[in-house]
Parts: sequence; structure tokens; C-alpha cells
Amino acid sequence: MSTLRVSRVSYSYGAKLALDDVSFDLQPGRFCALLGPNGAGKSTLFSLLTRLFVTNQGTISVAGHDLAREPRAALARIGVVFQQQTIDLDMTVRQNLRYFAALQGLSGRTAARSIDAALERLAMQERAGEKARALNGGHRRRMEIARALIHDPEVLLLDEPTVGLDTASRKAITAHVHDLADTGLTVFWATHLVDEIRDSDDVVVLHKGRVLTHDRASNIAGDGPLIDAFIDMTNGTIEGAA
Amino acid sequence: MSAYLVALWAITLRESLRFLNQRSRFLAALVRPLVWLVVFAAGFRAALGLSIIPPYQTYITYEVYIVPGLCGMIQLFNGMQSSLSLVYDQEMGSMRLLLTSRLPRWWLLLCKLIAGVAVSILQVYVFLAIAAVFGITLPVLGYFYVFPVLILTGLMLGALGLLISSTIKQLENFAGVMNFVIFPMFFLSSALYPLWKMAESSPFLRDVCAFNPFTHAVELIRFAMYQSFNGMAFLWVVVSFAVFMGGSLIGYDPALGMSRRNPGGPQKGG
Repeated sequence: MSTLRVSRVSYSYGAKLALDDVSFDLQPGRFCALLGPNGAGKSTLFSLLTRLFVTNQGTISVAGHDLAREPRAALARIGVVFQQQTIDLDMTVRQNLRYFAALQGLSGRTAARSIDAALERLAMQERAGEKARALNGGHRRRMEIARALIHDPEVLLLDEPTVGLDTASRKAITAHVHDLADTGLTVFWATHLVDEIRDSDDVVVLHKGRVLTHDRASNIAGDGPLIDAFIDMTNGTIEGAA
Repeated sequence: MSAYLVALWAITLRESLRFLNQRSRFLAALVRPLVWLVVFAAGFRAALGLSIIPPYQTYITYEVYIVPGLCGMIQLFNGMQSSLSLVYDQEMGSMRLLLTSRLPRWWLLLCKLIAGVAVSILQVYVFLAIAAVFGITLPVLGYFYVFPVLILTGLMLGALGLLISSTIKQLENFAGVMNFVIFPMFFLSSALYPLWKMAESSPFLRDVCAFNPFTHAVELIRFAMYQSFNGMAFLWVVVSFAVFMGGSLIGYDPALGMSRRNPGGPQKGG
């Protein structure tokens, strides 16, 4: 059974169509990249998946819960890491996590246990008492990923989480999140950088608001590198449209 | 503790700590009304004669008259400050954390509002304590009676801030709020002069003041400080709160409101 199902979703900003009849299913324990150039509609799709936007065209369901009809049940099963940093820099790592746990309705020992488990998964236990301001970009991102896991979601959404990070931090974060998928979590990772995608990953290619393909990365790449297939695909669409 | 109360406690604690950590904001919140009380009122005392009007039983000095208005001003500024921080949260993206929580959005916004009210009441009581040092005091019971009223007026002015934050998308636009909301609300009210005094100059302006919800918030505070209840002011404040809060919930509803365009910060990339 799919944990995230997007079915025939469209969305427009006034007259401008940002998403056009988007459909795909994500399976548990899989790392799926949402690959698309800038302006493809990735962030709009993420805003719809997190219910920051709503649309009446198409449906989104999370672990069997329709996001429009049962928003609370659906949101409870989603962990989100936004493209933009959403940390209180004057609080410690643990305080930031505790605040988020409270927003999810978790408190006391339950919250403490979940926070410890999330910190352990991201190897951040030793940083728990540090002010977020003292962390480098990579560790701030890790903290945000740990935070997204506190309420034990089934789907983890990450919107270009490596933007602004150095190469070492990018690699480390990408590896960590692949490990999370191996534990059974469904990971949906928006990016425009193909080097963050492994051959065994699933890939949804989004361009100009449309899904061009949804397949295993190695199948999309064929005999050559994924980047070539991606450029061919997106250029082809541009030429076709022109 | 229920999930709802956990979120309320966390948001209130965070807003209070934020306020206490920002010493300049704390000082500004106190200095502003104190300047009005100590400097402005001293200058105006001679110019403005006050007759005995309810809830006062005797002649009062001008300083005593403007204390309720200044308490209202603290809450008005605090409501706008909360609104400003909400717009900032939207620009910085942290609003997204709140809006994607599994708890209902109306409750999370109400928590934000209650947290702001708690901070404003703290400011009002510190102001009243300093005013008492200057010899401007209320009847002892008035300090207790005014507490529930401050919750209500704080909710009303906080909800106004929430409503404004749902319509403003950029911090740059906030100066306009100061010019077109705070100052007219404050000056076109009974905070600095009684309405009968305003009527002597312009019956039209008096009517505008009477229509201003802030006037009724000030009067509700004033009456409570003297252990009286102003039913009409109470009704105005309750109805205004309901209207502002309803508008805010529409504004923050992803299907209906302004947040549709930009729910929590600018987006880059795809």
C-alpha cells in the first residue's frame, strides 16, 4: 500500500498553471527524489502536501488519510523539512525540539523519549544542549530533520534540504536520509541536483508543473548518467513547447 | 495534559521568554506610556478641565484619567507587535511549523493570541506598579477587577493584530499599520479625553470615537478599575473580538484567505 498518493492534482496562481494533473504513488521504505529544474513546481507541490495551500483539483492522501477530508490525521503522519530554515536560533537544540514536540501535542516523558530517539538517529545527542546559533549549516539541517521525526511520521518530506550547504555536509545529510528510508520511512526529497540521487532511488521528474516520468533512477538514466537523461528530458519539453 | 494545553503552554512560554529576552522591547513598552503619563499629562493637566463623570465619584486629576487609556495603549501596541512578529515569522518561515502541526489551525492561532495577551497583561501591571510609585494609584480592588477585563481587551486587540498580519505580507508595509491603525485608534478614542469633551469640538469626531472599538476597550478597563461594569463597552469588545478573530481565521485558512498566496515565507527554486 502506498504511504503517499497524489492523484490528478492541479494548482494555479491566478491564470498561471503551476501544477498540471500531477499523479504518483510513493511506497514505504523508499527514497523518492522529486527532480525538477527551478520553477518546475516543486515548492508548490510541497505546499499542497503540507496543506499550506489547498486545491480542489485532485486528491492527496497520506497513509490512507485524505488530506482535504482528514487534515489532522494526514498531517500527523507527515514530517517536514522546509527549504527555508525554521529554527529559533536563541534556543538550544533540545528546546527547539521540545517546542516542536509541544506543537504536535507531545509532552513530558513521551516527548523526551521521542526527542532522544530523533537526536540519536541523526547522531546529534552531543549537540542537544548547544544554542542553535552555534551550529553550522549542516548541523542545523540535521536538527531540523531530527525535529521532523519526533512525532514518528510515516512520510518525511524534504524541500531542497541541502541548499546552501558545503559539499561534505550535503553528502552527509543525503546519506543520513537514505539511511532513514532503509528503516521503513517513505522519503520524498525535492532537489534539482542529480548527484544526490542513487541508482536504486525512485525519481519523479517534474517540469513546468507536469510529471514527465516516475521510475527507478537507473531505469531513467538508461546506459548513460542520470544528468544527461534529465537534461534531455527537460530540454525536449522546452523545445516541444516552443 | 491534553495535546491542546501542551501546545498552549509551549507557545505562551516561548512568547514570554522572547519578550523578556528582548530588553529593548520591554523597556520601550514601559517607557512609551510612562512618558505620556509623566510628561504629557503634566502639561495637559492645566489645559483640560474634567468634570465628574462615571465611573469617577469625585474630581480626578488628568493623570488619573489617562491611566486606563494608557493601559489600553500598551495592549494596542502589544497586539501590533505580535502582529509584526507574525509577519516576521511568515517571512522567516517559522510560521510554517505552526501551520503544519497536527493540531487545528484555529487553536494554534488562539494560542499565539493568548500568549500575546499574557505578555501584554504583564506589561500593564508593571506599568501600574511604576505609576503607583509616582503616586497615581487605583482603588486596591480595582487592580483585581481589571484583570479579567484586560484578558478580554487583550484578546480583542490581539485578534486585530492577527487579522492585520493575515493581510500584510511584507514587513515593509508595517509602517502603514502604525499610521493607519494605531494612531487613529488611539487618538480617536476616549483614552486621552472624554467623549463629551470631544463633542464640544466636533460632534462628528465624537461619533467616530464612539464607533471605535478601542474607545470601548478603554472604557471597560476604566470602569473595572473602579469596580464598575460597563455593559455596552463589554458588548462592543466581545463583538469586536468575534469579528476580528473570525476575520483572522478566514485570513489564515488555506482554502479561503490571504495565506493562499504566501503561507509562510517566500519560496525559492521549484
